[in-house]
Amino acid sequence: MTIDSVRGAPDTPELDRPELIQLLTPEGERVEHPDYPLDLSAEDVRDLYRDLVIVRRIDLEAVALTRQGELGLWASLLGQEAAQIGSGRALNDHDMAFPTYREHGVAYCRNVEPLTLLGLFRGVSHGGWDPKEHGFHLYTVVIGSQTLHATGYAMGIQRDGVLGTPSAAATIAYFGDGATSQGDVNEAFVFASVSNAPIVFFCQNNQWAISEPLERQTRIPLYKRAQGFGFPGLRVDGNDVFACLAVTRKALENARTGQGPTLIEAFTYRMGAHTTTDDPTRYRLKAEEESWKLKDPIERVKAYLVRNDLADAGFFEKVEDVATQMAKELREGCRSMPDPEPLAMFENVYADEHPMMTEEQEQFAAYLASFEEPASGEEAK
Amino acid sequence: MSTLTLGKALNEGLRKAMENDPKVLVMGEDVGKLGGVFRITDGLQKDFGEERVIDTPLAESGIVGTAIGLALRGYRPVVEIQFDGFVFPAADQIITQLAKMRMRSLGKLSLPVVIRIPCGGGIGAVEHHSESPEAYFTHTAGLRVVACSNPVDAFAMIQQSIASPDPVIFFEPKRRYWEKAEVDTDSADWAPLHSAQVVRPGEHVTVLAYGPAVKTCLEAASAAAEEGRSLEVIDLRSLNPLDIETVTKSVNRTGRCVVVHEAPVFNGYGAELAARITEKCFYRLESPVLRVGGFSAPYPPSRNEDHYLPDLDRILDAADRTFAW
Ligand SMILES: Cc1ncc(C[n+]2csc(CCOP(=O)(O)OP(=O)(O)O)c2C)c(N)n1
Ligand SMILES: [Mg+2]
Repeated sequence: MTIDSVRGAPDTPELDRPELIQLLTPEGERVEHPDYPLDLSAEDVRDLYRDLVIVRRIDLEAVALTRQGELGLWASLLGQEAAQIGSGRALNDHDMAFPTYREHGVAYCRNVEPLTLLGLFRGVSHGGWDPKEHGFHLYTVVIGSQTLHATGYAMGIQRDGVLGTPSAAATIAYFGDGATSQGDVNEAFVFASVSNAPIVFFCQNNQWAISEPLERQTRIPLYKRAQGFGFPGLRVDGNDVFACLAVTRKALENARTGQGPTLIEAFTYRMGAHTTTDDPTRYRLKAEEESWKLKDPIERVKAYLVRNDLADAGFFEKVEDVATQMAKELREGCRSMPDPEPLAMFENVYADEHPMMTEEQEQFAAYLASFEEPASGEEAK
Repeated sequence: MSTLTLGKALNEGLRKAMENDPKVLVMGEDVGKLGGVFRITDGLQKDFGEERVIDTPLAESGIVGTAIGLALRGYRPVVEIQFDGFVFPAADQIITQLAKMRMRSLGKLSLPVVIRIPCGGGIGAVEHHSESPEAYFTHTAGLRVVACSNPVDAFAMIQQSIASPDPVIFFEPKRRYWEKAEVDTDSADWAPLHSAQVVRPGEHVTVLAYGPAVKTCLEAASAAAEEGRSLEVIDLRSLNPLDIETVTKSVNRTGRCVVVHEAPVFNGYGAELAARITEKCFYRLESPVLRVGGFSAPYPPSRNEDHYLPDLDRILDAADRTFAW
């Protein structure tokens, strides 16, 4: 096994090259895969296209807002739209997703307001949406932790006795290539495996963990790790929204029917910086980015729609208009987002009363009020 | 003499330590080609090679655990934890193994491991990037815990910590990385690692701080001086062991003491200081030792961090309150 084969470099001997499940080529050509038949209507494809364009626009807008000082930071999903929309649209209402900090596309599929996401990166909240309402857990910043939460949640679904019934559910745990080194992630694999939990491990291998290339984390293709833990693993073209949808659908269905976990490695690329504070020119070559541009997840869907006469110029224009309008609202909403009240710091720390914290809160309130006292004859203390 | 930022002073200190001892290694996430997210290890991999500056897999328990193994084999690993909030996956290795192996081996094993942790808030970051976890480590016997506050100390203390035969938790005030000072990089005439320093003499109130809070306290002292109140600011520098002599000498003179740190006051390092000062200076104290710090709530979203962090006003307010008794 050469290091190159980890990344699926084109000069890898055929035998060693990991199989990449693909249903739509970068040129927009539909290919069939015996295990993953996918029947999409013209409207389905147009919907997927619209999703992809909109989440890219949300992302671009957030990057711009960060540059303008409106957000403290943003973790861009640029390049990973297909992995997120494909897997996100495979979820049903009962399922529960456990994201990292980069899953804005999945958040969109789960109807989380983009402005709420921006609030987190603006420093207004640490999360702010209701995970139960959306079937979408809070962003987890600490690498890998959420994979265990997703596994435990799946163990709960198992215990509810709903698997195989119409109210069956599964969980999907999102994480990156870097995260696969964490103890938590490996422990999640073990727990999920021995309990045959209804979970899909969705690894977006975007080739980088900040400045560290995949080789710093693994010597075998990541999907192959699943075998050692005792469940199936597969690699999908992460820039192919059709394949991501089909593969995730099937893995979720397996989970919901009691067939246990699957590891999906979505092979993709982080087109932007790690976050807005990162400078990728310090550690990677422009040529690598350029080669991945040719595999753009949106262009290939557009090519497919055009090639098959499934959409006309009017459609593409309309999608642009919708995205532009959305970006405008986002911009305005972000700029006018109020700061939290200082005393909000003390909210939601405990469910039941906590007299000592309350005392601190009252002291702080009095302290703040002392700055607002109108000037009287007596000098302020 | 050269003008260095605190971050660059650490970089120069690491470089000196690596030049002086081929057993010194640097390891952590993104410390190699990138030079760390704060560039503290900038250029070290280029100059000392990938064998000595290791971009590790993304796993803090793994980083500290393998650093222990390397130390057992005679190396002196300097570990970078990328942000304060990410030290916890390594907590087991630090608390259960690193701190206790010398005693377990009846002194046969030494673990000269330094764990560098950028700490504290004030940089507008998302959750887990602004914490002050020092009390967890000062509570663990077997670890030495230090915190630098300025470029001169950063340059010296990182080298002294690497030279220490014991494990050292080394806190770096991340929002002060860009503060500048004149540093004599040719001299090794340094104050002992575990000594506190009076950084501004004064008469009325002793103010104790470390790490990022020192600068805030110095600013508070300047403001107080304008109102005719003289604050003596002590930079503790070392939290475990604590240089209690320097502290009691000052408090016995001023009779008043305010402790300032970013970590929550409840069960924070200031609680230990207050208790110890009360024991040692009881008959000289004019008022109880007061503490200014974070609240008993998790570190807030960054738009509220200026309220959470001790600022000039809250320090002055506490100094005033010591006169209310
Ligand atoms: C426990 C922990 N250690 C370190 C970090 C700092 N950090 C944030 S993102 C990141 C790289 C993550 O890489 P990967 O898992 O591939 O996800 P990606 O960012 O590429 O989506 C690191 C080291 C963290 N958030 N949590
Ligand atoms: Mg990655």
